[in-house]
Amino acid sequence: MDIRVSETPFDPGAESNAFLDRGKAAGAAVTFTGLVRSLPDDPIIALTLECYPELAIRQLTAIAAEAVTRFALADITVIHRYGRMLPGEPIVQVMALSAHRQAAFDGAQMVMDYLKTDAPFWKKETTATGEHWVEAKSADDSAKARWGA
Amino acid sequence: MKVLYFAWLRERLNMSEEDIAFPPEVITTGDVIAYLAARDEAGSLAFERPAIFKTALDARIVPHATPIAGAKVIALLPPMTGG
Repeated sequence: MDIRVSETPFDPGAESNAFLDRGKAAGAAVTFTGLVRSLPDDPIIALTLECYPELAIRQLTAIAAEAVTRFALADITVIHRYGRMLPGEPIVQVMALSAHRQAAFDGAQMVMDYLKTDAPFWKKETTATGEHWVEAKSADDSAKARWGA
Repeated sequence: MKVLYFAWLRERLNMSEEDIAFPPEVITTGDVIAYLAARDEAGSLAFERPAIFKTALDARIVPHATPIAGAKVIALLPPMTGG
């Protein structure tokens, strides 16, 4: 299990290759990468993530451990960045390794659903008109609830 | 006791942390929120909806009914928006 929280940018391709290299005989690997979004009808200039690193590590470790137990994952990696980022930059990467694809998909998805509401990160968007904190979405609570928290 | 504030809560209170000697009637993390809400106008506005905040003692998330005795740091956490 590899859990990282850092202001330093990471390379999702290199991380994915390293993850696959460590567990290539396992059977199934799922990689999810969350990128800074900036859509044509809702463009942003930058995204700044605030973090409580000590608590973030503890929460992400607990979430990842729960996914490993629940889906019998062979390995899991969670990388989450904080600080100022530009559109297209990776924010988060979750990789799950298992003997079969469904467990790897479910493990990665459960970690993402929990992380959204339980890991201490807060997004602030900078747009042409100013800055604002991103509001928590009830859809994120619903996504987490379906895992029977 | 050290009190940490994050994100929009930090901005509304205009500080990221402070040291507070809580009076004896402040027993739980929920009492800390009530104390800060009653302290001044900025606190009253910032903690208008106390239930939305998570609380952490020494970097562990705990329910609002948890006693603060023995902890060094309390963190007050607005709804999280990571990922």
